[in-house]
Amino acid sequence: MSVFNQSRSTVIRLIVAGVFLIIVAQLINLQLFSSKYEALAFNNAVYPKVRYPDRGIIYDRNGKAILNNTIMYDLEVTPSQIKGVDTNFLCKLVEIDTAEFKKRVVTAILKNGRYRPSIFEDLLTPEMHARLEENIYKFPGFALVERPVRVYPFNAAAHIMGYIGEADSGNIKRSSGFYRLGDYVGKTGLESFYERVLMGKRGVEYMIKDNKNRLVGKYENGLYDTAAQAGRNLRTYIDIELQQLAEKLMQGKVGAVVAIEPQTGGILSMVSGPNFDPNMLTGPNKQQNFNKLFLDVSSPLLNRAIKGQYPPGSTFKPLGALVALDEGIITPSFGVGCGGAYYGCSRPVKCTHNNPGHAANLRLAIANSCNSYFTHIYRLSVDAGKYKGVKNGYQKWKGYMNAFDLGVRVGVDLPSEDRGNIPDSSVYNKVYRNSWNSCTNLTLGIGQDMMLATPLQLANSMCIVANKGFYYTPHFVQKIDGETEADTIMKAFRIKHEPLTSISDDAYEAVISGMQDVVEIGTAKMAKLPGINVCAKTGTAENYRIIEGKRTKLKDNSVFVCFAPRENPKIAIAVIVENAGYGGTWAGPIAALMMEKYLNDTLRPERIKEVERIAAANLLPGYLVREQYKADSTRAYNWFKMTKDSSAIQRFLRRERRRDSIRESESDPAPKPDSRTTYLRLEAILPEHFSFTPTQNS
Amino acid sequence: MSARTNEISKGIDWLLVGLYMALCAIGVLSIFGATYKEGEDILQSFTSFQTDYSKQLFFWILAMFVAIAILVTDSKFFTATANLWYAFGILLLLLVFPFHTEIKGTRSIIRFGGFQLQPADLCKVFVALALAKYLSRVETDFSKTRSQLIATAIALAPAIMSILQQETGLALVYFSFFLVMFREGLPAGILIIGFSFAVLVVATLLLNPNTLALILTGIALVAVYILRKQIKRKKQILITIVGIWMVCVGIQRFLVPYVFESVLQPYQVKRIYDTIGKDYIPSGGTVILDEAPVRKKDDGGDYNVKQSKIAIGSGGFAGKGLLKGTQTRYDFVPEQRTDFIFCTIGEGFGFVGSFILMGIYFVLLMRIITIAERQRSVFSRAYAYGVASVLFFHIAINICMTIGLAPVIGIPLPFISYGGTSLLTFTAALFILIRLDADRQMVLR
Repeated sequence: MSVFNQSRSTVIRLIVAGVFLIIVAQLINLQLFSSKYEALAFNNAVYPKVRYPDRGIIYDRNGKAILNNTIMYDLEVTPSQIKGVDTNFLCKLVEIDTAEFKKRVVTAILKNGRYRPSIFEDLLTPEMHARLEENIYKFPGFALVERPVRVYPFNAAAHIMGYIGEADSGNIKRSSGFYRLGDYVGKTGLESFYERVLMGKRGVEYMIKDNKNRLVGKYENGLYDTAAQAGRNLRTYIDIELQQLAEKLMQGKVGAVVAIEPQTGGILSMVSGPNFDPNMLTGPNKQQNFNKLFLDVSSPLLNRAIKGQYPPGSTFKPLGALVALDEGIITPSFGVGCGGAYYGCSRPVKCTHNNPGHAANLRLAIANSCNSYFTHIYRLSVDAGKYKGVKNGYQKWKGYMNAFDLGVRVGVDLPSEDRGNIPDSSVYNKVYRNSWNSCTNLTLGIGQDMMLATPLQLANSMCIVANKGFYYTPHFVQKIDGETEADTIMKAFRIKHEPLTSISDDAYEAVISGMQDVVEIGTAKMAKLPGINVCAKTGTAENYRIIEGKRTKLKDNSVFVCFAPRENPKIAIAVIVENAGYGGTWAGPIAALMMEKYLNDTLRPERIKEVERIAAANLLPGYLVREQYKADSTRAYNWFKMTKDSSAIQRFLRRERRRDSIRESESDPAPKPDSRTTYLRLEAILPEHFSFTPTQNS
Repeated sequence: MSARTNEISKGIDWLLVGLYMALCAIGVLSIFGATYKEGEDILQSFTSFQTDYSKQLFFWILAMFVAIAILVTDSKFFTATANLWYAFGILLLLLVFPFHTEIKGTRSIIRFGGFQLQPADLCKVFVALALAKYLSRVETDFSKTRSQLIATAIALAPAIMSILQQETGLALVYFSFFLVMFREGLPAGILIIGFSFAVLVVATLLLNPNTLALILTGIALVAVYILRKQIKRKKQILITIVGIWMVCVGIQRFLVPYVFESVLQPYQVKRIYDTIGKDYIPSGGTVILDEAPVRKKDDGGDYNVKQSKIAIGSGGFAGKGLLKGTQTRYDFVPEQRTDFIFCTIGEGFGFVGSFILMGIYFVLLMRIITIAERQRSVFSRAYAYGVASVLFFHIAINICMTIGLAPVIGIPLPFISYGGTSLLTFTAALFILIRLDADRQMVLR
């Protein structure tokens, strides 16, 4: 019996061998010929964790950090571990209700799953952090996690520094995949312009995750990790004390201040009013604060120093003189006889002076700010015989303006700068149907007509005068720490621009002396500083604004430009205060204090009172109140329509009854808005340039 | 004393012992690879018996004591007590019904103190013994249907109880005893019919019912055409062919759908469908994704198999190295220290390691068959085949399951998977064989 059926042993052996062969074949298939499994296992288990570098620090000219990094705390929750948490107590500490607590935990689970931590409350306020720190041991599953945050230790220079925010879809698309969702990028200001320098290089840490997506350790002991490279620091020209003073002086005012170091083009200070504390846009309440700023009709987020466009008025006159001198049309001794108005064209241009000889030469003409003189030399410039016709002549003149960086973007190291306006001759061709001459736009000679300039352009034009013919593109950043050839971003700021070539030193002296006379004996006496020769020019520009569909004349803009010391210019300033009256009333004193502060490093004790007086002055235009009311109530109405929640609109309905008392006295019928001007941005207010009623030009 | 030792060690097949030791060592190493957590003091963990790998080491040592105990036992003891052991096993299985503790959905485990016992697992050895005993009886004539039915009953009685205890995986193991019966004279036709039946069932699941019916009809017609001359002489052949054809169509049309809808649990049906790569659409019409209402022990078969395949596939040729496998180290493969332990080897040691392991198993099985054939007693031979069949079934199903060739059935890999009962059972089974083989010169009844 034992040998019976022996052949069946072979069958069984064959069955075993067959099955083993199938298994080995499948092993060969899986392990030797399928490459996808390796990748699948890698994706399963390895999580590339991005290490964010510290952003670069921004220093002022004295090495003080004006934009720094600090640590704030996020409260993170790992939903799988929160059993037994005293929810009520936690809610009390975080100041939410239990419904909100539940909602957030559910959101966290949906976002990152049960086993991975998600943010429960981000950027805790210091008080909340302190409270939680003490009690965190009572809340299993909750942890306080450090998070680097930008901080502005001087609470100043909001418009210059800008702020960072999470990359939006536009950022991500433009960067062609460099940025990812959740990355922080500079949104405005230097943060945005120098983004690539400040951001540094991201590092990647390969972490091992387990089947519940928990990170459990480093992959291959960090063999493939790349370290994060901290962003490089920026050394700027900014004088933070000067900046703080300027911001204080611009409190309660709409306008802008720009101070430039003429020899280098380095911007010492730039303020736009109304201003805001840059720390509002970092930290816990940034979204709330941003909304508040965004909805404010006085647009505090707008940097008027580079986006506000103002008619320069009389402050343009020194430049007009330089053009005429460079073209060889006038000499410093050229004079006109002005009897109180310019009668060269059909309608007279009034002049504030009528005593004979006040425009006997260039210096006197500048000192007295003679309208006749400068309209006349403008006409001489554009009508010069060598250009054969006004259109060519005007293009030549415009070329000068553009070389002064007027009517074009200066190229400052801030994003979204505006170019101001020096119209091309084609614009005049279109508006006047090809029939125009130098009489048509003669007020360009006194900084009016369609001419618009940003405060930065005005300050830069002062640098040209102060430097006697050259300038560097205004910029904030002196150098990048560890700068290399690859940092082409800095190249543009190191080119010396020399728009004027054929002006003698004497001629410059005449212009500069004229400007010094303005301070010594003219309209800018308040800018006189003991022991320092200050050169300045005031301007006052009429302005209009369309309010409630009507073009309304508002109080004049106060414009002031200056530089000092005359012999070795260290600072050039342009100040514009909207609707503040004469150039000497508000803009002048602000510039004077800034010069004193910068040149002497400190203010005389008796000047402190002056600082307080100016800081306390509220010159916000009255129409803003009405505009704010309109904007808010419209929004409340839309909110009501959307949500049927009438609580917001009730407030406005109650106030509506008192509306008339709030309403401003703006009932004077104003001329209809001119179609020829409406294509321009009405950021700043246009002068009435076709009425030829003489404007007050001091 | 030394004479006695010589006597005991005489005739022992050291190759089997060596393979056994190698497999157990691989087992402890794999469990270590699968469950070691960063930072544990290895030496301390191995001696403290707190971790799985140290427990397994402990079980191994225990198993070796059992092995020695078996080796010093007279081989006649096993023949004499075979039926007693079987009765004891059945008793244990019956005791399970009132005294079971439900663990992970199965009701097949008795618990006393900290110790768990799964009689259905243990019973494999007893069945092998009892079946060998029955087949070796002088009065048994295995060519008779009656004897075949009795043998089948001996083999399948624990299987039926196991199914009643909701432990289907272990129940399937008992079907491996058909190999023993085949060797001892069960007509080959039964195996062929069984195999054909399996092919038919799989085909039913894979193919559209009408297509399959057409194919079956085609096969029948071809058979009629080939056998047309014989059919002219004997009409029975035609009747047989038509009969087989009708049975096949009946199975395909009625039996399989009935079993799948009414007999099997939805999760079992789903696993079978997962293995052949089709979505399971129950009669309700919705796809069951991960539903394991009764047994949670190894639910979500599809996920397990996917992760297991990723683990083994990512091992590549040479593997990632011990403790370097990300799939097994970070718990992507479930049950990896027990049923899916092969993943640890596949990922850590790659094709080379897997192939060596398969080689060891292959040599082990072939060696057992060789040993079986050299036995003079039917009892020893039948028992040896019993051990070989059970081991073969376990190895084939377990590894096929991890590489996606078989449905997920929770049975352990012999000598390697974590688990005291399993290791002790297999050790006992193997060493009884070694003991019997050592005494192969004696004629046992």
